[in-house]
Parts: sequence; C-alpha cells; structure tokens
Amino acid sequence: MTFQGWLLIIVFVGILLAITKPMGRWLYSLYEGQRTPLHRILGPVEAAFYRLSGIDPNEEQGWRRYAVHMLIFNLILLLFTYAVLRLQGVLPLNPLGYEGVGPDGAFNTAVSFTTNTNWQWYSGEATLSNLSQMLGLTIQNFLSAATGIALAFALFRGFARRGAATIGNFWADMTRVTLYLLLPICIVYAIFLIANGVPQTLAGSVDVATLEGAKQTLALGPVASQEAIKMLGTNGGGFFNANSAHPFENPNALTNLVQMLSIFSIGFGLTWTFGKAVGNPRQGWAILAAMVTIFLAGVTITYWQEAAGNPILHDLGVAGGNMEGKEVRFGIAASSLFSVVTTAASCGAVNAMHDSFTALGGLIPLFNIQLGEVVVGGVGAGIYGFLLFAILAIFVAGLMVGRTPEYVGKKIEAREVKLAVLAIAVLPLVILGFTAIASVTEAGLAGPLNKGPHGFSEILYAFTSAAGNNGSAFAGLSANTPFYNGLLGVAMWLGRFFVIIPMLAIAGGLAAKKYTPETAGSFPTTGLLWTGLLIGIVLIVGGLTFLPSLALGPIADHLAMTGGQLF
Amino acid sequence: MNKDLVTSLRPALVMTLLFAALLGLAYPLAITGVGQALFPSQANGSLVEKNGRVVGSTIAGQAFASDRYFHSRPSAAGDGYNGLASSGSNLGPTSQALADRVKADVAKYQETTPGRPVPPDLVTTSASGLDPHLSPEAAFYQVDRVARVRGLAPAAGRKLVEESVEAPLLGFLGEPRVNVFDLNRRLDSFGAKPAA
Repeated sequence: MTFQGWLLIIVFVGILLAITKPMGRWLYSLYEGQRTPLHRILGPVEAAFYRLSGIDPNEEQGWRRYAVHMLIFNLILLLFTYAVLRLQGVLPLNPLGYEGVGPDGAFNTAVSFTTNTNWQWYSGEATLSNLSQMLGLTIQNFLSAATGIALAFALFRGFARRGAATIGNFWADMTRVTLYLLLPICIVYAIFLIANGVPQTLAGSVDVATLEGAKQTLALGPVASQEAIKMLGTNGGGFFNANSAHPFENPNALTNLVQMLSIFSIGFGLTWTFGKAVGNPRQGWAILAAMVTIFLAGVTITYWQEAAGNPILHDLGVAGGNMEGKEVRFGIAASSLFSVVTTAASCGAVNAMHDSFTALGGLIPLFNIQLGEVVVGGVGAGIYGFLLFAILAIFVAGLMVGRTPEYVGKKIEAREVKLAVLAIAVLPLVILGFTAIASVTEAGLAGPLNKGPHGFSEILYAFTSAAGNNGSAFAGLSANTPFYNGLLGVAMWLGRFFVIIPMLAIAGGLAAKKYTPETAGSFPTTGLLWTGLLIGIVLIVGGLTFLPSLALGPIADHLAMTGGQLF
Repeated sequence: MNKDLVTSLRPALVMTLLFAALLGLAYPLAITGVGQALFPSQANGSLVEKNGRVVGSTIAGQAFASDRYFHSRPSAAGDGYNGLASSGSNLGPTSQALADRVKADVAKYQETTPGRPVPPDLVTTSASGLDPHLSPEAAFYQVDRVARVRGLAPAAGRKLVEESVEAPLLGFLGEPRVNVFDLNRRLDSFGAKPAA
C-alpha cells in the first residue's frame, strides 16, 4: 500500500461527500416535482411524452397501481430489447455483420439490462451490432436506473406522507429522473469521455498494421454515449468484453476517477434526499455514515491483500503486488478501489478482473453484493434496500427497550417487519439455492474455468452477482449455456422484482399511517448509536447467511494460496 | 388489479417507443455528431498513421514479439492483443495454469536478462489484454536486450525510456508508466536518424 494509493481513496470519498448535498437537493426537486432550470429546454419534451402516452402526471397512484405500471413497463422494455437482439442480423448499423442473438442469450441479456444487472455472457465487440448497443441496451441503462430512483422516491413518500392513500405517479417520477437528471449529465459526461479518447463512431472496427507488420483489428463503435450512462446509472454493462479495463472504455486515470465517482454520486445524493423528504437531513447523514464505514473497511481489506500479492508468484521470483488481471495505468490502488465501489454499488463495471484477485481481495467484492448492495448501492435500489435494513434495525432496537419502534415518525409494526424480512430473504434464497443446484449438476459444473475452491467461487459469484443485480463476474465461468443463461436470467428477475414488490407494499402501508411524534422514549435515529446499529444489522444478517458459502470458496482458496497449494 | 393492468398498457407501449427514439437513437447519434466534430481523432480511436497506413492507436496496446522492440505485457485477448477479443486470463490465485505460465515467462526473460528479478507486470496478463503500458521498471528491464540487438549504447536506450515515462496526474492519479507503442516508435525513429 502506498501513500498515493490512500490519497486517491481519501480524495475520492472527499469529493463524494462534497457533492452529496447538491446532488441530493437536485434529486429532491425531482422528487417534489419542482420546476428546474432545465425545464425551459426539456419541459416541452416531458409534456409531449405525457400527452402522447395519455398520462396525467398529477394523478396519484396507490402502491398497487404504482407497482403494476412499473412492472408492465419493465416487461414491455424487456420484450423490446429481446426483439432488437433477436433481429440484429436484419437491422441496420451492423458494420461487422453479426447475426441475431440466440433465444437463451437474448432472454438473459434482455432481463439483465432491464433489471439494472448488466450481467454479460457475451463479448460485446464480437456479438453485438452498434444498433443493439444503442437501441437495445443504452435505453435500458437509462430506464432501469430511472426506475430504481422512482421506486426510492415512492418509498420516501411512504415515510414522509401522513394518512395518504398514494405514493406518487410512476410515469412522472421515471420521466423526470431520465430527462432532468440522467440525460443532461450523460451528454456532458460522454463528451468528456470522447475528449479523453473513448471512441464515438458508427464504424465497427479499424484495421491496423502494427510496427512489427502484423495485422490487428481494433473494435470501435458508439462507446462514449453508452459508457456515460453505464456508470452513472450503476448499470455496468461494458461495450467491450473487458469493460472499464478496456483502454477504449477507460483510457486514463482521470476517466477512471470520474467513472468511480459517477457510480456513487446518485447513491450518495439519495441519502440526503431521504433525510430532506422526512424532514431532517441528519437522518440521511446517519445512513450515509453507516454505508461509508462498511465501504472503507472493504476497501482497506482488498487494497491490503492486492498490494501484498500472491505468495505463489512470489516463490517464482515475481515480487510485489498482484498485477494479474490489472492494467498498469490504474495499478493496484485504483483497481482495488474500483472493485469495491462497483460491488458496493450495484454497478458491476470492472477495471480489473476480479477472478484473478487474491482470495481475500476477491472475497470483498463478493461479500459486498451478498450484503444486498446496500453500501451506497445501485441508484435507488441501494437506498430502498438499506431502508429495509433500517426497519429491521429499529425493530431490533424496539425489542431491546420493549416498546413499539418508530422510525422517522412512523410506527414500525408487524406488517412492515414481515415484509422487510421477506424482501431481505429473497437474496440468500436465490443465491444459495441456485448455487447449490449448479454445484451438483453436470451443466453447472461444466462452467468454472478454475479448479478447486476457486471454481466454486466462480459459481457462487455468478449467482450472487445475478440475484444482487450487480453484473460483475468471476469471468472465468463459461456462462453462455442454456443452463446458465436461463437460471441466471431467472435469478436476476427474482432478485430485482421480488425485493421491489414487498418494498412498495411497505411504502403503501407507511403512507397510510399517522405521524407519531418523537418522544423522550423514542430510539434516536440520527446519532452514532444508530449508525453503529445499522452497520451491525447489515453485517450480521449478511455475515451469518453467507459465511458458510464463503468458507467453501474464497476462504478455502486463501488457505490454499498461503499454503502454496495449486489446483 | 385488472384495471391497473389495462391502464398501464398504453403508457408502457408509447413510453417505450418514445424513449427508444430519444435514448436509443437521438442521444447516441447526437453525441456521435458532436464527438466527430469536436474531437475527430479521439472519437475514431486515437489512431496513428504512417505512410498513409494506420500503424496503431496511442491508447490501445499491440503485440511486440521481436527482441528489437520493447515487449508489451502478456495478453489473454485471443492469441494476444486481439482487438476484437478483449479479455483477461481469469486465472485465480491458486491456478496451476497461472503458475506454469508465469514460471515459463520468468525463465524466458531471465535467459535474455539474467540475474535481475522480473517486474510483476512483465509476466502477468492485464485485465483487457490490450494494456498499452508497462511500468517504468518493466521497460528499463528490457533496455539491455533491445540495445544489444539494435547495436545501441545502453545509456542511449535508458535515456529513451526515461523520456517516455509518464508521471501520475497531480502526483497521485494513476501510476508511473511507459506507453510501449510510443516508446517503440521513438526507438524506430532514433535508429533511423544516423542514416538520414
């Protein structure tokens, strides 16, 4: 570990804390449906979209209608992308002449991008046309992110409203977030990326005669426009197979820093928006403090392990940190930091190959996803996931003092706790259940590239990533089979919407409740005690659930690594 | 519930089409237009031409096998530096295949440059398989070999590498590094000077 490495980590967190409030304020104005300066340009577009689709943005929806409209929209989007991928061969903007994607692959990718997962069984530059990237995937990158933020708004309203039957209008939330937040930032962001060397062209590739006279074909395409929303929307699906490790996606240390910042920026802001929505920004800061603490602990472990390196390679005369699967321009610090950021948030972009990390260096990305990606988390999904843990935490606190718990002015009763546990239980059920199936079937065991415990880690990581809607991988796994495409597709769908439905039910129930003013007997939810309790609940629930599986994978791998055992 | 389903269909269908037009077509095409107008070189891959032929990109790596050139890192992209198949090796820390590969590469380098420990990046594959850079250590490590094959003074070779080292931005963003393509181009034009 170096001083420069830690300086990067400190500057990174410092910038994020500085933009939390401005970002939170902007999100709050969208949450409230307030007029912004951008309405002068984009207001007519918004109005036209409502008019053409027959929507009254002021018509309030109860939680059931909000949920059904959101689900049907996502279903149509899924079918749309499925069709674009299947028909790729006959559609235009296909310079390299790629054929249509097969049914299981198209299903997997359509689910993957609709659910903000962006798991990729394919290599972008060898499978997809420019039109598929733009029309099939970029649109989902925007709308899955906007859906996540809209859902977070709905839950905020549940906490903020008193005796209300409704939690907002899905179409208005989703459209405003897309038009006034995601699109404007992406326009500036994409141009910044192009200036730094990220290609943006409709050409498919260019032939190079290298200095030694060999032929090299470099894949190109409209990369920058997709890269911007891929990071900002915590999607993470790379234009190229190597994702943000590819020099055309992430050419230098500055683009790398901006990419990491953009993964976290909305997630940080939403904690402030929540605090503001419930009338006390300190409620938001308390949550953010818990997130940042867990995040920094993860960064420390991964950075320490990667800098210490692999003793097996040390024995072969290769001193120093672990550079297998890392780029020289990022080095060990920026690669370790990126891996923890991308898995703490539900992004899944990578600038280094997690599969080649040291055993414990790679455990942290895996564990981050298993915690439910609530450490900042995906845009929207992170904060609504974290609030489910907050409900659990205040319930535990209530048990300890023996009175009905309240959180931000709402009584937390049996219904909320049951639904929160239901939502939280989806992740372990899907991850552990599906990993178990893959670990005992021939089709599942055909997947791993690596042998020994690391092979099990590859399977565990795949289902963790899918159910957690992350999308990163221990990419040695050969996942392009009907077995993995199908099962991982189902895991992504369950991991997204089986958390969302109970969460919206909680939002609807809370909105209907009366306001319960804070009394001397209320458990304070703004101080250090509360932050500590939140950290404890997140780690205990995640830790107890997944420790046995981690022992079989990365921990066994670590013991083998330190003992010089090869597989 | 049924009523919600019915009321959702029109907005879901129309919004999908509208956003597809805006986000899937208008946005990327507009960015393409702006990018091509403002930054034509970067937008097309930062390509370098020599005698009317594209010889490489300044930001994507290419393979160098000859001892006359500084070698790039090992690559897992196809057969090496395949620009249509970016990839890392994905070999884990306890992989026999990884240990075997590193052992063979270390032996290869110690044959041409005996007696010095091999810098880690020189015998590990990058994440993309298209890493354009080497650490300064890995470039200096190869100076003696390249100088010997080209009949250059080692000091001149070292100077060339020193001039090619790029420092981290603001002292902490990124790592010190050498762009292999740039370094080898300098090497070629350095050799050509006396003849001119």
